[in-house]
Amino acid sequence: MTSTTLTGSKPAAWKLSQFDGKLFGSAIKTVVVPFAGILVFLMLWSVAAQNIDTSLGKFPGPAAVWEQFDALYQEHSRSREKEAAFYERQRERNAKRVVDDPSYQPKIRDYTGKETFIDQVFTSLVTVMSGFLLAATIAIPLGIATGLSRTLNSAINPVVQVFKPVSPLAWLPLVTMVVSAVYTSTDPLVAKSFLNSMFTVTLCCLWPMVINTAVGVAGIDDDLVNVSKVLRLPPLKHVQKIVLPASVPMIFTGMRLSLGVAWMVLIAAEMLAQNPGLGKFVWDEFQNGSSDSLARIMAAVLVIGFIGFLLDRAMLQLQKLVSWDRDSVTH
Amino acid sequence: MSVLLDISHIDMEFPTPKGSFTALRDVNLQIKKGEFVSLIGHSGCGKSTVLNVVAGLYGATRGGVILNGKEVTEPGPERAVVFQNHSLLPWLSAYENVELAVKQVFGKIKTRAEMREWIEHNLQLVHMGHAMHRRPAEISGGMKQRVGIARALAMQPKVLLMDEPFGALDALTRAHMQDSLMEIQAELNNTVIMITHDVDEAVLLSDRIVMMTNGPAATIGETLDIYLERPRNRLELADDPHYNQYRARVLKFLHERHGGHKPKTAKVSMEKNIEFDNKSVEHAA
Repeated sequence: MTSTTLTGSKPAAWKLSQFDGKLFGSAIKTVVVPFAGILVFLMLWSVAAQNIDTSLGKFPGPAAVWEQFDALYQEHSRSREKEAAFYERQRERNAKRVVDDPSYQPKIRDYTGKETFIDQVFTSLVTVMSGFLLAATIAIPLGIATGLSRTLNSAINPVVQVFKPVSPLAWLPLVTMVVSAVYTSTDPLVAKSFLNSMFTVTLCCLWPMVINTAVGVAGIDDDLVNVSKVLRLPPLKHVQKIVLPASVPMIFTGMRLSLGVAWMVLIAAEMLAQNPGLGKFVWDEFQNGSSDSLARIMAAVLVIGFIGFLLDRAMLQLQKLVSWDRDSVTH
Repeated sequence: MSVLLDISHIDMEFPTPKGSFTALRDVNLQIKKGEFVSLIGHSGCGKSTVLNVVAGLYGATRGGVILNGKEVTEPGPERAVVFQNHSLLPWLSAYENVELAVKQVFGKIKTRAEMREWIEHNLQLVHMGHAMHRRPAEISGGMKQRVGIARALAMQPKVLLMDEPFGALDALTRAHMQDSLMEIQAELNNTVIMITHDVDEAVLLSDRIVMMTNGPAATIGETLDIYLERPRNRLELADDPHYNQYRARVLKFLHERHGGHKPKTAKVSMEKNIEFDNKSVEHAA
């Protein structure tokens, strides 16, 4: 396309404008259309909300929820200020006492204010990640073993199939009782409620990872297995050099599914286990029953959804990063 | 030269829901050191099964394979395989793919620097020196197969097994690869068993062509020694009457089998090799 003659440049110019058109079209698709979708949703929500009367007043519309977002943030900053002031007062008092009595050992007492919404978001994230990572450390080796051995697969498959559809709410009472019975430290490192929610998350998000890992491992190309045989790779090296890399795409697909399940399960578990997280926030607001409660719950719903979305994107990015098979990574 | 590899009267039966299926019956073949043997036959005739038995990936139902006086019981690097669809590990670069094999075979014998040199040497041998750090997805089909060959050669196998190594390549690339293989063969003088369904490829590359009857219960129908001067040149050979006679002989065999005709005990005017039938099997190294 180096022709500079008039006739030669014409198609080029035409192509350029077509290219511009395509670019414009893709901008519409990626920005304008989703934006319009959100706008329409907000309008429908707003209209519907006005027509729903509950015992706690009208169902919150977008504006009421937005207000609560702001209120929740204000509460958080106020609480942080209080906390800082609390520690500051303590420090001053201790300093004074040390001056009066040099043998005095200053003690720092923890701030015991109520957890704010933002604190609760972080608690939830820590809980879900703990439960998920625990599940992954069990599920991936188990899945690899299951995928490698047909006998083990036949043995484990029925158990997995039965436990996979069990709701977290069914597990929770059992987990609670077991944790109470087994975890009886006088100076507990973490709260029982945290363990209850964490183990419930683990029990529910174990299965997709086991299944996907096993399917990935069992589905390794026979030729690659033959390469390993010809090279006489010892079993551990076979897993490390062939099995693990070959099934990474499937393992990550399982992890993504599991993380989604984990986040869903967590909210339910926290509600019942009274673990200070988003689930408890929703439950407390529901019990509280003030005129703002519904709007605050709706704010929590949006945050839960958004975090779930971010977790999924994060897993997707991680999957893209470690996967040799870019084509297998889908949205 | 003495016999290096003895494929001794092997039968291969596979269990199926309807009872056992006999894929091979009494396949008997002796290969000398440095010999290039092609197995040719229609698809599904059990060529690959023979190769897999020699590789140790299948165990023969009856009979056995003896390499250098030892019976083959499991796969191993002294019988390196070049697979039809390259079978490179897609997450490793060409270099790393060869490295995996070299480390496994020479990890205890060679130093790090020696291994590095050996890997690079083998990749250069197949003309992949310029792209040795690319991954399989980033190179062409022919290049992948070159790396597959480099990996197999780097194991310094006693027998190199090639399962339709160029079957998936386009004609031009295939011709290039055949020329490369002849060059390498001239230099290394490996013992090779190659499976092919390409008559020209078989005649061009082989010292001996082993023609297999159609399955089930496939066996060796004829063997044909190829007495063509090396180095061979495909263009010169195109007009060579001997070449064309060999070619015709193989084609005729394949054609006769295809229609399901009973194989005639063909009286071949050419140097048909029957000495193997009479040869006894007791020849350990």
